[in-house]
Amino acid sequence: MKLKGKIFKFGDDINTDEIIPARYLNTSDPGELARHCMEDADPAFHGKVKEGDIIAGGENFGCGSSREHAPIAIKAAGVSCVIAKSFARIFYRNAINIGLPIFGCPEIIDHLKNGDTVEVDIDKGEASKAKNKTAYKMEVFPGFIKDIIKKGGLIAYAKKGKKK
Amino acid sequence: MGYTISEKILLSHTKSKKDIAPGDFIMAKVDFCLGNDITAPIAINEFRKLGKKKVFNQKRIALVPDHFLPAKDMKSANQAVTLKDFAKEYGITNYFEIGRVGVEHALLPERGLILPGDLLVGADSHTCTHGALGAFTTGVGSTDLAYAMAFGELWFKVPESIKVVFTGKTRKWVGGKDLILHLIGDLGVSGALYRSLEFTGDTITSMPMDDRFSMCNMAIEAGAKNGIIAADKTTESYVKKGLRRYKQVRKAYKVYKSDKDADYAEVKEYNVSKLEPMVAAPHLPSNVKPVSELKDIKVDQAVIGSCTNGRISDLKQAANVLKNRKVNPDTRLVVIPATQAIYKEAVDEGYAETIIKAGGVFCTPNCGPCLGGHMGILGEGETAIATTNRNFVGRMGHPKSFVYLSNPAIAAASAVKGAIAHPADL
Repeated sequence: MKLKGKIFKFGDDINTDEIIPARYLNTSDPGELARHCMEDADPAFHGKVKEGDIIAGGENFGCGSSREHAPIAIKAAGVSCVIAKSFARIFYRNAINIGLPIFGCPEIIDHLKNGDTVEVDIDKGEASKAKNKTAYKMEVFPGFIKDIIKKGGLIAYAKKGKKK
Repeated sequence: MGYTISEKILLSHTKSKKDIAPGDFIMAKVDFCLGNDITAPIAINEFRKLGKKKVFNQKRIALVPDHFLPAKDMKSANQAVTLKDFAKEYGITNYFEIGRVGVEHALLPERGLILPGDLLVGADSHTCTHGALGAFTTGVGSTDLAYAMAFGELWFKVPESIKVVFTGKTRKWVGGKDLILHLIGDLGVSGALYRSLEFTGDTITSMPMDDRFSMCNMAIEAGAKNGIIAADKTTESYVKKGLRRYKQVRKAYKVYKSDKDADYAEVKEYNVSKLEPMVAAPHLPSNVKPVSELKDIKVDQAVIGSCTNGRISDLKQAANVLKNRKVNPDTRLVVIPATQAIYKEAVDEGYAETIIKAGGVFCTPNCGPCLGGHMGILGEGETAIATTNRNFVGRMGHPKSFVYLSNPAIAAASAVKGAIAHPADL
């Protein structure tokens, strides 16, 4: 499975207050949350982002509050996946659990800038800039996680796979 | 090779394994799970998709509307109704309405609901707070909470552990908040990423429970999976008091301690005898400096409260600084006791009167301004000093506002001065 999209580049320690500020947490509607996605990191993001675009982050992407509204907003805004040098652990869980693909790929990030087109080959576990031959290895999900993602998130996994 | 306390608790809750190592993926039984008015609505929605007629255990789930309550607007009121209706429908006993509710990470320990040796998951990042009880307690997402409510278990990746040894007697006005700020300043906001932060040393063993909660509360701010302090006589005394007062039926607990030959990814040692009060400057909890380097920065608002420092000893510290003094005419002071019991004790002990006489606001328990919710949002260009736990851009209000984090004595002294100050400056 492959994803291809235009990059929105962010720095280190992008926190969930910036991704979806608390003033919008009186709703869990994905459409409403999408309208304010990344607002305190880049107020213009919502107006610019298109379906299939990709967010590229530095270290510790998604740190801070556990709010699942953060990956929900990103997914509902049309972002196909997030690539980062590293992810904060609750954001990491939440993204997997809701079926937002996330990829740890520290080596590609420094080569990316806003507007670059990136291709992600999920099966090969590689990411590359569209016009470049260099493929960068992504961190591989352990089997357990792959299973949850394949089934479309934790609840789908529970409905399809659990014996209880 | 022995085990750390976190490894032991995870292993004891895992069905299928006889041993455990960092990096393992496990399914573990949870003793308790928790959600609030922001995180539980999504969890409830996801739970309903599973079509289950029952939750895993009606007595082991807490739904705590503490963030935007008393309802700050209609949407928040509706979110709270979602919690209330779900609690009624599924017979969840630990639902708390306003007037009985408190900030979740102060309320649950106070009521003896979390015990040493427990595995607690909470849909709130500061669930790590309860590690001060010698339990493995970690923040998770809303979908995680839905799964835990349904099945009484959840997936975990076993973390490595970092041992942090604090030695020495702290100076006056220095407490748990200053120790954890000092550590986060050293580690950075991802220095403990995916690791367990274990706090030990003679400074810790002589520390009261309120300070232990403050320390474990901010483990997440260094990226940690959990913060933990092994239970001792202080812990057991606190736990037994809660169990008695609230007549809890679940009383059996287990005290775990790390083995002497346990394996740590890192060991950090700090002698804190010379440490002065610490303050985190905008816009990261790791931007930590001694208070002496930040004096005279004008503050528009001081906030004393939250799951970090809204407990009775925090209010007592603040009252000690504020006694016979007045809040600066250009500064707002907002004080929020974390639970109704703390609120009442603050009234009975005269702390509320001291705060009011000083010109401060004394609020009903809620998370309010900590996350920029209500009860004291910052406007454009404003600066606050707060006993809360995060100071990211826009955390307490306008994206162009500034938040400094401190202990209650510094926040109170700053309210009086109208600028960042130490009590000795007054």
